Amino acid sequence: MTSRIGFILRRIAQAIPILLAIVVINFLLLKLAPGDAADVLAGEAGSATPEYMAELRAKFGLDQPLPLQLAQYVGRVALLDFGYSFRHEMPVTELIFNRLGPTLLLMVTTILLAVGFGVMLGLLAAIWLNTWRDNLISVLALVAYATPLFWVGLMLIVVFSINLSWFPTSGMETIAAFNTGWDRVFDIAHHLVLPAVTLSLFYLALYTRLMRASMLEQSGMDYVTTAKAKGVTEARITFRHVLRNALLPVVTMAGVQVSSLIGGSVIVETVFGWPGLGQLAFESLFARDLNLLMGIFFFSAVLVLIVNLLVDLLYTQLDPRIELT
Amino acid sequence: MSELSEPLPQGTAPGFLERTTNFWRLFTRNRSAVVGLCILLGVLILAAIAPFLYPDSPFKLAGRPMSEPFGDWIFGTDTLGRDIMAGIAHGARTSLLIGLIATVVAVVFGTIVGALAGYYGGWIDDLLMRVTEVFQTIPSFVFAILLVAIMSPSIQSIIIAIAVVSWPALARLVRGEFLSMRNREFVQANILMGMPDWKIIVVQILPNCLSPIIVAGSLLVATAILIESGLSFLGLGDPNVMSWGFQVGAGRSVLRRAWWICTFPGVAILLTVLAINLVGEGLNDALNPRLRERKG
Amino acid sequence: MSALVDIRNLYVSLPDGADRAHAVEDLSMSVNPGEIVCVVGESGSGKSLTARALMGLLPEPRVRASAGEIHFEGRDLLALDREERRLLRGEQLAMIFQEPMTALNPLQTVGKQIEEVLLVHTRMSRRERRERVRKLLEEVHLPDPPRIAASFPHELSGGQRQRAMIAMALILDPKVLVADEPTTALDVTTQAQILKLIRELQERHNTGVLFITHDFGVVADIAHKIVVMQHGRMVEAGPADQILNRPREPYTRALIGAIPDLHPRSTGRPETREVLKVAELEKTYTRKNFLGPANTVHAAKQVAFSLNRGETLGIVGESGSGKSTVARCLVRLMQPDSGAIELDGIDIAGLSRTALRPHRRRVQMVFQDPYASLNPRRRVGDIIAEGPITQGARRVEADARARELLGLVGLDPSAAERFPHEFSGGQRQRIGIARALAMDPEVLVADEPVSALDVSVQAQVLMLLSDIRDRLGLSIVFITHDLRVAAQVCDTVAVMSKGEVVEMGPVAEIFTAPKHSYTKELFSSIPGRDWQVPDLTAAQGAA
Repeated sequence: MTSRIGFILRRIAQAIPILLAIVVINFLLLKLAPGDAADVLAGEAGSATPEYMAELRAKFGLDQPLPLQLAQYVGRVALLDFGYSFRHEMPVTELIFNRLGPTLLLMVTTILLAVGFGVMLGLLAAIWLNTWRDNLISVLALVAYATPLFWVGLMLIVVFSINLSWFPTSGMETIAAFNTGWDRVFDIAHHLVLPAVTLSLFYLALYTRLMRASMLEQSGMDYVTTAKAKGVTEARITFRHVLRNALLPVVTMAGVQVSSLIGGSVIVETVFGWPGLGQLAFESLFARDLNLLMGIFFFSAVLVLIVNLLVDLLYTQLDPRIELT
Repeated sequence: MSELSEPLPQGTAPGFLERTTNFWRLFTRNRSAVVGLCILLGVLILAAIAPFLYPDSPFKLAGRPMSEPFGDWIFGTDTLGRDIMAGIAHGARTSLLIGLIATVVAVVFGTIVGALAGYYGGWIDDLLMRVTEVFQTIPSFVFAILLVAIMSPSIQSIIIAIAVVSWPALARLVRGEFLSMRNREFVQANILMGMPDWKIIVVQILPNCLSPIIVAGSLLVATAILIESGLSFLGLGDPNVMSWGFQVGAGRSVLRRAWWICTFPGVAILLTVLAINLVGEGLNDALNPRLRERKG
Repeated sequence: MSALVDIRNLYVSLPDGADRAHAVEDLSMSVNPGEIVCVVGESGSGKSLTARALMGLLPEPRVRASAGEIHFEGRDLLALDREERRLLRGEQLAMIFQEPMTALNPLQTVGKQIEEVLLVHTRMSRRERRERVRKLLEEVHLPDPPRIAASFPHELSGGQRQRAMIAMALILDPKVLVADEPTTALDVTTQAQILKLIRELQERHNTGVLFITHDFGVVADIAHKIVVMQHGRMVEAGPADQILNRPREPYTRALIGAIPDLHPRSTGRPETREVLKVAELEKTYTRKNFLGPANTVHAAKQVAFSLNRGETLGIVGESGSGKSTVARCLVRLMQPDSGAIELDGIDIAGLSRTALRPHRRRVQMVFQDPYASLNPRRRVGDIIAEGPITQGARRVEADARARELLGLVGLDPSAAERFPHEFSGGQRQRIGIARALAMDPEVLVADEPVSALDVSVQAQVLMLLSDIRDRLGLSIVFITHDLRVAAQVCDTVAVMSKGEVVEMGPVAEIFTAPKHSYTKELFSSIPGRDWQVPDLTAAQGAA
């Protein structure tokens, strides 16, 4: 157990330089962007005299040398201070925490759907290798793998919302209904179906393909021959031996894919009006609310690091060869 | 001892032509790859003849807004009355152009980073891989959005953004290949000859890593097209160039009344990406025969 | 006594496009209870597929037993359905494999994997199963059975893993044990122990053993009966004594004739000019752990020796002994931590890469793996010529020299136009030798140059090496784990263990009177050490 805690601490220590590098990139992007905070404020206020601008710059420390500004920026980020969103008239950090919930709900649902069904379909395709069922699964996975997310979302809306009226077109809940308790849970779940299906489709296809390939690769390994030589049944070989070995690359991939999943949620939240971080990012993009955009950028990177740590921990549970020391 | 001696290879050594036909034979054995190649050729031809088929700007208003498809215009018109098919034809040029150039940039950069890290190892490897890790941690699509937004949307900024988020995967792949090649005995023999490092990297090892690079590169084109369409869907495309993602985005608000505006450009993206993925798999089968054996 | 296993006119067919239609053709043989039958052959002889056909483990439908019968206890196995065959496997017919690491599931404890046999074939309770596993682990002489049972495969040594595999195979007391090269991946001392164990258990349980191997030394140690195979056909079969000492067929005679004799070849070494002197060579590997303790392995400790012109020095040892580290330091693929490597008085141990460049030429290497040692994307001629070109030779001259060298190593000069994959293992090794010779070296470091080759090809490559040494006045450092090979090619032998040279001296002295305890153990483990390889050359001349 102590080795596990040590492992977690070590992984967190390893993540710090990465986090620092991301903060630096954040800072550089802010500097590269045309116009600074003073310009934005001045823009808000209408017209501004050069004297007022200089005063503003001095107030924000923008007249100081770059390294000093960077140091101050890192200090502020360490305190989770990303400044003020003038568009939303709220501190960026508070805004982000307000929107984190819906995004996490969407992402966790998506990961569960994608990994769960992906593993199952991949397993079935491998068991039914080279039959029509395998071909059907493979073709569907191939198509889903090539479909742009936003288009899937729009097509699902056309079919299931507009034509069939099964699901709402946008939002996370029916605002006017003021649901409480289980009613509210069901309402949110009802709204969640289409966005989650849209976002998970691509990853579902990815894990299906990966799982199938992984199963096939593992069934050719020597230990499978050994199991056959022991007289173990095919079913037992598949489920007791091959399955767990085949899962390892899928778990790794699931960790890697989290960062792209966040990108996907920007699109899906925009299409379905899901009030999460992705939609917030989209809005701030067009409002040129750079503070907010950078805050979201940083938080999503932290999210990826946390998920990667969790995946590593899961991996050590699955594979005894990974040493914790 | 005659029974134990090994026969020398007979006949002439296979030439370039023979090896090419051999490759083609392996490639065509995968039927879906051939289908993919046909679709891809179709898209390429469409992109090539677009300026002749639709000499006018695809932004030009062609007729009545929101005309139904399969009438005067095969795929109908959009909210402003632009011909959707003309947009698709011109969009093919944009998608393929951006996909190809961004991929080439990412492949070249990723290969250089991966080769240096894998060949030299040690602190060079540590440093380069840490940088790669940073870029892999950053959510790639969000990063691409930021880059385009900051550089202001244009073909160049989109290409740069896609390349910046795409190279890390390639760097890792090439590093892995180089790591395994680095300890191959033929590389050690080259070191013993006193061969300079650049020559070992470029002349000796790189040709042995080309197959996986080509396969990964072809799949990268597909990803690049998807990223590009996503960017222009969000309104971050080059405003002067027609693209499929832009078309879908433009039809979004009238989804209820005119489903076709979103549908057909989306199908174009789907088919193109699908075709490239199929061709990539075919290349993989043809270039890495060992994997194919396992599949059979 | 009726045969336990009776194979009659067995054919194993290969898929279309393979280099021949049948992997095994018209094979008939039998195994009696309590008998060890060795099937011997070189790679591609069909011996492994014969074993798999008996077990019902052929990769069907691509490779299948297409004709013939395999009788076991009065039933034709090939006529049984899949389920009946499965029930026989593990209970009546058991098998052990070459590579115990990959043959075990990496994610399950060894105990669980052994227990699974009982789970599938018996109705024992969990307690009974555990007890049985513990007993078996004891029977295969594994220390601390409960700990071993709870270990994962990667936590055990190679020998322990193979013992666990044997326990797994024998737990239900099968009538037939099929062993497919079970000791090939092991060190020689471990190999001797595993062979002893197989014999011991087989005698105690009166098991019939079908033992697949390429190594006549191993055969001499354990076989009662021998079947020799070549290209899928049986060449000769008979009692062990007859095949080993009085083989009849030309192929068998040639195979046995190619086995290096354990008695050192007498050598006259006139020259005493020293070309290479190694002193106090040290090398440690450190694996850094982030924020953790570092692992240090001492791969070379105070290694010292010298080499005269025209001499062959053998460095022998098991895996992990540090012999390859020393070889890599000698050619400076690796920088030693300290110590001297003097070439005609110039110490190259500490030279920087640029300072080293003019001396690179003088020490060259012949590598172990004929498949990895040649760049698959380059023509043979280029592979040989690029060394001299790098050193400043003109292209035309280097090409001409490459063709000349191909002739010298016994290949046709036209081979220069071809790519490596067109050649067999032995031919590639010749190309590797030509590449080293192209640099005009004074010292050749040969790192296990024949261990990946079949025994017949091995003999030819060894002959070529000693021929070249004599003709060109080369000195050779010959790294090997195979003491038979060392006896035949070396003048002096250094025995390494755990990074240290434990004993060094003229080959005849070391082989006849080893002094160090490790050397003694090593020599007593050589497979077939009690078998005097018969001198068949005279008889062959007559035939």
